[in-house]
This record gives sequence, structure tokens and C-alpha cells, in this order.
Amino acid sequence: MSELEKNTPEVQGENTAVEQKAAETSEKSSAPMLEVRELSIQFGGLRAVDGLNLKIKKHQLYGLIGPNGAGKTTVFNMLTGVYKPTSGAIFLDGVNITGKSPVEINKSGIARTFQNIRLFKEMSVLDNVKVGMQNSTKYTTIEGILRLPRYFKEEKLMTERAIELLKVFELDGEKDALSANLPYGKQRKLEIARALATNPKLLLLDEPAAGMNPNETEELMNTIRFVRDKFDMTILLIEHDMKLVSGICEELTVLNFGQELAQGETSAVLNDPKVITAYLGD
Amino acid sequence: MRKTTKNNLITFGGTLILCVVLGILMQAGKLNSMTTGLMVTIGIYIIASTSLNLTVGVLGELSLGHAGFMCIGAFSSATVSTLMINGGAPNWLSFAVAIIFGAIMAAILGFLIGIPVMRLRGDYLAIVTLGFGEILKSLFNNIYITSDKNGLHFGFTNPPKNIDASTKLEILRGPKGTSAPDLTNFWVVAAVLLICLIILMTFIDSKSGRACMAVRDNYIAAQSVGINVTKFRLMAFTLSAAIAGAAGALYMHSLANMLPKKFDYNLSILILVYVVLGGLGSLRGSIIATIVLYAIPELLRGINQNIVNYRMLIYAIILICLMLWKNAPVFINMREKIKAKCKKSKTADLTSGGAEA
Ligand SMILES: Nc1ncnc2c1ncn2[C@@H]1O[C@H](COP(=O)(O)OP(=O)(O)O)[C@@H](O)[C@H]1O
Ligand SMILES: [Mg+2]
Repeated sequence: MSELEKNTPEVQGENTAVEQKAAETSEKSSAPMLEVRELSIQFGGLRAVDGLNLKIKKHQLYGLIGPNGAGKTTVFNMLTGVYKPTSGAIFLDGVNITGKSPVEINKSGIARTFQNIRLFKEMSVLDNVKVGMQNSTKYTTIEGILRLPRYFKEEKLMTERAIELLKVFELDGEKDALSANLPYGKQRKLEIARALATNPKLLLLDEPAAGMNPNETEELMNTIRFVRDKFDMTILLIEHDMKLVSGICEELTVLNFGQELAQGETSAVLNDPKVITAYLGD
Repeated sequence: MRKTTKNNLITFGGTLILCVVLGILMQAGKLNSMTTGLMVTIGIYIIASTSLNLTVGVLGELSLGHAGFMCIGAFSSATVSTLMINGGAPNWLSFAVAIIFGAIMAAILGFLIGIPVMRLRGDYLAIVTLGFGEILKSLFNNIYITSDKNGLHFGFTNPPKNIDASTKLEILRGPKGTSAPDLTNFWVVAAVLLICLIILMTFIDSKSGRACMAVRDNYIAAQSVGINVTKFRLMAFTLSAAIAGAAGALYMHSLANMLPKKFDYNLSILILVYVVLGGLGSLRGSIIATIVLYAIPELLRGINQNIVNYRMLIYAIILICLMLWKNAPVFINMREKIKAKCKKSKTADLTSGGAEA
């Protein structure tokens, strides 16, 4: 991707990107990329998330785990602006993004997948990814209708970039298929590809291995690691599959009934008696 | 070639060829005036149905007020063409300006109506568009515009008074309708139709069209990848209204006298039926459905005098059968089986052909 970016300044078109990159590298080691302070949300009488604190460093693979209904997806929904937190704050690279709209949050660099897959079902696999890329294109609707040169130039670049991305997930062979017709595992991968197409700095994956068999999960683990390295991505993921969590996450936060139960290095957290009790029931 | 491009070329090429062939037949005097009139009306309805498909098929929202935008296009264009021709402008120029003016007025109203409407979804949106369509119709049922040597005079619910009788020119006459100059002919309709088709196709096959479809398929996911949902919904709705306005302008200039009540919800529903039966999101489907469904009642009228009484009954039965054929699970399964068989025999042909070679 970084090579591609250099080749396609037109499509990338983010003149602030360079400055941001510079700023990031200077404080890379110290300041967290994502910082969540005392995040809470109340649904009627239910406090679905209660006083959550999180710090995720750049390039980290961070896991958010916990029993069903613990509030994990709700955390993602707050991070991406789908829900407005009742209290607390979210900082991305030091910028307060609390309460911003999902569109603004995506533009500031967070992309996500969904627990219950949300693809653009009636669109092709390729178009699903191209939709994710459109904020990095510049041609206007009028230019599109009149088919001016910039339309062709940028569409071509978009298609090339999209296919490049699909290749990472071995989906390029099915680029013209309707996304609804893909098998389940590939739909999950396509969602990741679509999220990456928006050029995020932070990727949120909500149960990426749900419904996959052990082989597919193994393969997915490799893909996630590959994505992290190739795109220099920071990844926060929710997962139930302990093998996947212990295999790739460096740090974990365990949620239980909306509250933090444990936090820290993966192996330490997974051996914590509190965590074991929460998972197995006592 | 990309599948979308190929599909569009087939649709556009087919329409173009059809227009040229019919046009040549018409010029050669092979078609009677009734058929020519039918062709003009069908052409106008195709413009209306393909544009509605943008809202219903591509944006995925049921709009029941499409006739309202045709209404604006019709009466605003009539005002412009009548005034321009009265002022001595050539017919073709007056008509071109009038059509564009009608489209722009419809676009403006579409945009303004779209601002509240596009905050809604589903049933609510359908009901509100139905309401707006009726309001627009009622509005023109009450607007009077008359010109004389002192300029334009407007009246609401009553004709304007103190008009100079010798230079009086009534343009909009409220419920009594409007007699616009007779400017619409087959070639104009064909030209506007082809232009509108190109606009629709290129819009849909661009990032804006993709954004609309993404919003249709899953608006939460669309927002999550940074798509400004309201912007694209408003854009598609406005474009759809503008093209409907152009259709209304053509319609207005094809009739001796056009009454506002012609643009009631029956017309909206009729066009919607073409769109739904032709296939949501398929421009080609809208074109074919409009031709077939508009022609059926007319043909039934022609076949036999007795059948005239049963015309609407037969039309309704055909509609129901078509609906079942398209949507009933039994028929969907049947169609897929047939499709699968066709595919199999095709591949079988190919392999046997390969063996021979
Ligand atoms: N929009 C909502 N309205 C009311 N309750 C909600 C809403 N979203 C989530 N919840 C509740 O919040 C709790 C946490 O849900 P969720 O975050 O989906 O859990 P999980 O950890 O399994 O992803 C559940 O009890 C759920 O019912
Ligand atoms: Mg969940």
C-alpha cells in the first residue's frame, strides 16, 4: 500500500498525511494512538459500558474480550460514533473525537467491521471495496456524468488499488461476484478489505472469526498479522476464539457486565483467576 | 469490457436503434397518427419511469410523488415557451429553454422537498412523497398566470384582475388547464430520452451512484466507510426529480390542453408499476416494462370493440400474473431451474464442440 500511495498522490490527495505521519513517528513510542477515558453509556436502566479506560499504542494488536452481552460491540459503536457515550472521552492521536458522527470518525482514521456482517449485498465484491475508497478520490459528480478525463483516471486507479487489496484477502478471483453470494468466511474478509480501503490508522474488528472453522481461523490469524505489518496498522479486535486471541493479541482488556475485569499482557490476563471464573462461570 | 459498461451499451444501443427505426418508419409515412402519438407518449413515460428507478431502484426508497415533479416541469415549461414564442423567439429555442427550465424548476423543488423527506426512510418516506406530490398538483390547480403589455400577472385561487384586454395572454389557468404550444414530436422525445438515459447510466456507474447503492444496501455500513448518506440521497432524489421535470415538459407540449389533475397519484403509481415490474435498479427493465405495459391496454382497445369493456380487467390480470411470475417463490424456483438447465446445455455444447475440434 505504501508504494501505491507514492504512485497515486492524486487519488490519495491528503496533503496533511505527511505532516501527520511525521507527528506520529515523533511521539510513536510515548503517546497512545487511541485513548479512551472513563467511557460509559446507559440504555434506560442498563449501564452497558461503565467507566472503561483503554490505551492502544501504534502498531499494536489489542484484544477486547468478555462474555456475551458484556458490552464489547457497544464499545465499538461508541468508538465509531454510532452511539453517543453518556460520559467519558475518546482521543485518537490526541484529538478528541467523542460524539463525532460516524462519517467524521471514519475520515479521521477509524474503520471497522461488524459482528453481524454488513456488506453492500447487491453490489459486486469489487464495488464494495471501491465504495470504501471514494473519499480519497476527487472527481465530482458532474465530472462523472460527463465522463471527463479525471473520471477515467481515478476510476482506473481505484480499481487497481481495490484489486490489490482484494488480492491480500484472496478475493480477486471473485471480484465481479455479488457480495451476498460469497461464502461466509469470505464475506468477513471482504468486510476487512472494505474497511482498509478507507485508509484508516486504526482498524476495529468485531468477532472476525465468528462462524469460521479452525482452518479458516488459522488462516485469518495470518491475514490479520499480515495486514498489521503490510499496512502498518493498529488493530483492536473483539473475539471469542481463545486460540486466536492468545495467538495474535499482545494486550487484552476483559469486559464483564460493562466493566473492566482485567487488563494487561495477554498471557497474564488469560491466566487471571477472575477472568477464568467469568468465562467458565463459578 | 466491464459488465456494467456492456449492459449499458446494450440498453442504450437498443433504445437508439428502436428510436431510429421507428423514426424512419414514421418519416416514410408507414405509421398512422395514432401510432405516432402512442410512441411520443410511451417515450415520455419511459423518461419518467427510468428517472423514478433512480429513486426506487438505486436509492431504494419508495417515492409515490413522482407525478408532482412532472407537474412542476410541465407548467413551468409551458410558461416559458408561451412567453418566448409570444415574444418572437424561434420555436426550437423556446422549447429547448422550456424543457431545461422545467427540469431546473423540478430539481429545485426536488431538492427543497428532499431536505425533509430524505431524513425519513421506508413507509414514512413513501407517505410523505405521496403528500408532496398531491400538494404540487393542487398548487398548480390554483395558480393563474396571465401576461399583457404591462408584464406578468399572477393570481392564486382566482384569475388576476385589471388585465389589458387587447394584449391579454392566458398562460396558466388553474383547474382549466394550460394550452402550451404544440412542440413535442417524436424526434424531440427520442433525443431527450437518449440524453436522460446517458445521464442516468453515467451517474449510476460513478462513485456517486455507487454511494447511493451502498446507502440502499446498508446505510450503517455506508456511514462507517465515510459516505455522507444525506448528501447522496439528496443528490439522487434531485436528479430523479429534474428528469421527471423534463418528462413533464414534453408531456405538456404534446397535448392540446393539460389539466393539473392529470398529475395525480394515479400517474405516480402507474409509473411506479412500470419500475417495479421492470426490475428495481434496471433501466432496461423500466424501458421494456413501460413499452409493454403501456401498449397492452392500447392494443386491447384496438383488437375488438367488445373487449374495450374488459380492457382494464385484462390489464389487471396481466399485471397480477407478471407480479407472481417475478416474485412468487414457486416461479422464482422454476425460473432458476430453467436458467440452470440452459447453462448446463450451453456448457455441454461447448465441451462437445471442443471434443470435435
Ligand atoms: N441500542 C441498544 N439499546 C438497548 N440496549 C442495548 C443496545 N445496544 C446494546 N444493548 C445492550 O447492551 C449490552 C451489551 O451488548 P453488546 O455490546 O452487543 O454485547 P457484546 O459484548 O456481546 O458485544 C446488552 O445487554 C445489550 O442488550
Ligand atoms: Mg458483540
